[in-house]
Amino acid sequence: MTGVPLIEVEDLRIDLDDGSRRVAAAEGISFRIDRGETFGLVGESGCGKSITALALIGLLRQPLSIGSGVIRFEGREIQHLSAAKQRELRGNRIAMIFQEPMTALNPVSPVGRQIAEMFVLHKGKSWREANQLAVEALASVRVPAPERRVKDYPHQLSGGMRQRVMIAIALACGPDLLIADEPTTALDVTVQAEIIELMRNLCAERGTAILMISHDLGLVANVCRRVAVMYAGRIVEERGSADVFRSPSHPYTQGLVASLPRLGSRAALGRTRLKEIAGVVPAITAFPDGCRFNPRCAQATGICRTVAPVADLLEAGGLVRCHHHA
Amino acid sequence: MHEPQDRLDEDRPGEDRLGEGRPDDDLILSVEDLAVHFPMGGGWLGRDRRLLRAVDGVDLKLKRGECLGLVGESGSGKSTVALSILGLLAPTRGRVVVDGQVVTNRPSGDRKALARIVQMVFQDPYASLNPRQTVRRTLEDPLRVHGVTATSEIGDRVATMLRHVGLRPEQAGRYPHEFSGGQRQRIGIARALILNPKIVICDEPVSALDVSIRAQIINLLLELKDTLGLSYIMISHDLGVVEHMSDKVAVMYLGRIVENGDWREIFERPAHPYTQALIAAIPDPLHHAPLATTGGDLPNPLNPPNGCAFSPRCRYAEAVCRGEPGPVLETRADGHAVRCWRADEIAVQATLAATGGG
Amino acid sequence: MKLRANLIIGGALFALAILVGLLAPWLAHTDPVLDANLMNAEEPPSWTWWFGTDDQGRDIYSRVVYGARVSLTVGIVSQLINSVIGVALGLSAGYWGGWWDDVVNGLTNLMLAIPSLIFALAIMAVLGPGLTSLLIALGLTNWSFTCRIARASALSLRSQGYVQAATVLGYGDLRIMITQLLPNMLGPIIVIGTLGMGSAVLSEAALSFLGLGVRPPFPSWGSMLSDARDQITTAPWLSVFPGLAIFLTVLGLNLLGDGLRDILDPQSRSRRS
Repeated sequence: MTGVPLIEVEDLRIDLDDGSRRVAAAEGISFRIDRGETFGLVGESGCGKSITALALIGLLRQPLSIGSGVIRFEGREIQHLSAAKQRELRGNRIAMIFQEPMTALNPVSPVGRQIAEMFVLHKGKSWREANQLAVEALASVRVPAPERRVKDYPHQLSGGMRQRVMIAIALACGPDLLIADEPTTALDVTVQAEIIELMRNLCAERGTAILMISHDLGLVANVCRRVAVMYAGRIVEERGSADVFRSPSHPYTQGLVASLPRLGSRAALGRTRLKEIAGVVPAITAFPDGCRFNPRCAQATGICRTVAPVADLLEAGGLVRCHHHA
Repeated sequence: MHEPQDRLDEDRPGEDRLGEGRPDDDLILSVEDLAVHFPMGGGWLGRDRRLLRAVDGVDLKLKRGECLGLVGESGSGKSTVALSILGLLAPTRGRVVVDGQVVTNRPSGDRKALARIVQMVFQDPYASLNPRQTVRRTLEDPLRVHGVTATSEIGDRVATMLRHVGLRPEQAGRYPHEFSGGQRQRIGIARALILNPKIVICDEPVSALDVSIRAQIINLLLELKDTLGLSYIMISHDLGVVEHMSDKVAVMYLGRIVENGDWREIFERPAHPYTQALIAAIPDPLHHAPLATTGGDLPNPLNPPNGCAFSPRCRYAEAVCRGEPGPVLETRADGHAVRCWRADEIAVQATLAATGGG
Repeated sequence: MKLRANLIIGGALFALAILVGLLAPWLAHTDPVLDANLMNAEEPPSWTWWFGTDDQGRDIYSRVVYGARVSLTVGIVSQLINSVIGVALGLSAGYWGGWWDDVVNGLTNLMLAIPSLIFALAIMAVLGPGLTSLLIALGLTNWSFTCRIARASALSLRSQGYVQAATVLGYGDLRIMITQLLPNMLGPIIVIGTLGMGSAVLSEAALSFLGLGVRPPFPSWGSMLSDARDQITTAPWLSVFPGLAIFLTVLGLNLLGDGLRDILDPQSRSRRS
C-alpha cells in the first residue's frame, strides 16, 4: 500500500534524565508501518525497543522523554499532542499488550468489566450494551464459556487466558495498530503458539497493523513481514524478516543469527561450538562512540570507533547501519 | 565438523566408587519411581483436601559425563524433580541414587555430603548472587563450610575456578552489581563448581540472559563438562538449547515422563504427540507459516484428566486415551521410551503422510 | 536534597547528644548530685547558671549534661535488646515457617495488642525502679515492629536464588540466616531501630516521670521533669531544659531514621527517581 503510512517515525530521539545529565536512550529511530502490516522491533534488554513503543503510544514517563524527532499517525504529528488527545488515540486507534498481563490488568475488577470499560470509555456505549460486547469480545479471543468468564478476576485465570483477555481489551475498539511488547515471553511454548496465532488471525481479519517487540528474533521473523534490529539505542538493520535470517547484513545481526542454537542444526551439522558475540551489552549511560557495536565487532576498524555509520540502503531491499556491510 | 565422540562409555580408572562391582558402573544418578505429592488444604477439617501430584512416578538415568535434557512446560514437575535430586524435597515415594548412594529418606544433616556431589546453576543471575558478598566470599564460604581450612588452598581453588569460568582472579574483590548479567552467570557457575561436584543441575541457565550472551554461557558449560568430567541435568524450555547440549532427553507432562530417549531420536523422530506439539510450536523464522497449536491450556494438576493426561489437548486422542488406566511408559529396543497408546499408529500415519505427500 | 537534610540534621543532633553524654565530666560545670548548695536554690538562667538551678541549688545545665548518659544509655541499650529479640524471632520465624512461625506470630500480635508502656510499667512494678530494670522493661516490650519487618524480609528473601544456592551448597540454617538473610534485611531494621531509640528515650522520660525510672538523686531527663512538676510556674527553667533535651534528641533520631529510610529502602528510592 502506498500513500500515507499508518504510523511513521522520523529521527526519534528519546532522552533519559539520570539526575545530572541527559543521555540518549534511543536515537535516530526511523521506520514506517503501513495499514495492516506486521512490523517487528528486535533487540536485547536496554536496546531501546520498549521505550520506542511507549513513545508511540504517548506513555513515556520521567525520567524518559522525547528529545527530538517526529511521530506521525496517518500523516498527523502526534508527539506533542495534549494528554487528552493522546488518551483518545490510545485504546481507540493504538492499543498495546504487555509481557505480564497480571500487572497490566486491574486485580480487583472482573475481566468482563475491564473489557466493557473500553466500550463505555471510547465508544460511548451504555454499561448494559458494553457488558454484552465484552462477552462477545471474550468469545472472539476463544475463551471458553465467556458468559461465565466475564465474572472472573484476573488471578483466577491462567497466564495464557490472561493474555487473551489483554488482547480482547486491546482489540475492543478496533484499533488500527496493536503494539505487542514481548506478549508471550512469560508463557510456555504451546501457549505462546496459541496466543501468537490468535493475535495474528484477529489482526489479519480486522486489518489491524502489528508492531511486535521481542528479544526473540525467530518469533518476530515468523510473525512479522519486516523486522528492525536494534542495538544500544539505534536501529542497526531493517529487512524483510526472512532476509534477516538468510543473509543478515549487520555484524550484530549476523552474530545473533549464528549464536543461537537452532532446532535441527545439531542433527544436520553435528554439535559445533556456538559462535559467540564477545563482550557485554553496553549500559545506556556508557554507549561507545562511533558505531555502538564496535567494541564487540570482529570487523571493526578505525572509522567504526569514531564515526557513527548512517543507514545505507541495501540492494536487496532494507537498511543497514554499518561502515563495512556486505 | 564431526559428531563429538561419546567419550563416556570408556571407564574412568582411579575414581573411588562406593557400590563396587555394580552392573551400572557408569551410572552417576538414577531416579527410581519418584513421586512428590503435596496435600493442598481446603475446607474445614481437610474435607476438601486434595493431592497435588507434582511428580508421579518418574524414572531417570544419568550416565557419567552425559547431559540429560529435562523438557516440559511450567507445572510439568521438572523443578520438583530437581529439588528432590538436590535433597531439598522429601519424596512421597521412590528413591534417588546419586553416585551409588541412596540419598532419599536420609537425615537432613547429610545434605552437606550431598552438596559435594550435586550442585545447581540457577536461572536468574541477578537474584542468585548475594548482593552483600564479594565474589571471593561467595566462593570461599562453601569451601570453609566443607572443611577446607588452609588459606593458601582456598585462595588457589578460588583463583583456579575463576579462570575456569573465564573471569580474572583480580575480579574476586568485587560485588555482584559490578558485573554484567553474563559475568554474574559465570560467577554462579563458579559457585556451583567450587566444591568439585559430579552432577550439576542447570535450571534454565541462559533464559534470563541477553540473547547475544547466551552462546558464551552455553559454550562455557559444555567446555567445563568436558574438562572437569561433569554430568549435567539441563532443565530448559528452549528446545534449541536442549538439543544442542543434551545426550539424552526426557519430556515431562503433568508430573510424568511422556517420552525419553537419545537426543536424536527425540528431536528427529518424536513419538509422543506432546513432544511433537512442543517441537511444532517453535516458530520457524524463515517462513510465515502459522504455528502449530495444541488447543487448550495445561489441565489443572489438582484435577488431572482421566487416562492419558495429554488426551484433552491431543489431536490423535481416541476413546482408549480418555479411559483408565492411562498409558504406561514403554521402552523400545533402542532405548526410546514413549507413554502413548497410539504411538505406533501415529508413527505409521506420519510415514504414510510423508511418502504419500512426497 | 530534602532527604539529605533529614539525614544531616538528624545525625548531627544525635551525634551531639552522644558527645554531650560522653564528655559530660568535662562539659559539666559542677557535679550533678553532690554540688548542692541551698544558697543558690532556684536561680533563673544567667551567665553563671546557664540553665538555672533547682530547689537544692544544683546546676541544671550540669544535670542535663549528665542526664544525657541515662537517657541515651536507655535509648540505645534497650533498643539494641529489642532489635536482637525482634530479629532473632522474626528472622527464624520467616525462614523456618511452620509451628514456630505461628508461635512467633501469636507472640507478636499479643505484644502489639498490649500498649508497650503499660507492659513496661508492669515489668517495672515487679523489678522495682532503677536503671537495670528500666533497660529490661523497655528492652522486652518494643520488639514487635522489628520482628514483623524481619519476618516479612526473611519470607521474601528465602526464595531468592542466593539463599537457595546456599542451601544447595550445604550451609546450615544458622549460617544461611546470618550470612545470607541478615545482611540483606539490615536496612529497614536499622531504620526501625533508630526510630525505636527515639521512642525508648521518650518511654524512659515517661517512666521516670512516673517515678519508676532512675532513682534520684542521679539525674535523667525524665526524672528531672518529674521533679520540676511542682515548680512549673515558679521555676519554668527546671522543666524547659530537660524537656528541650528530650525533644531535640527524639527529633534527631526520627529525622535520622527518616533519612536512613530514604537511603536504605530501595523502594522509596526508586519512587523518587
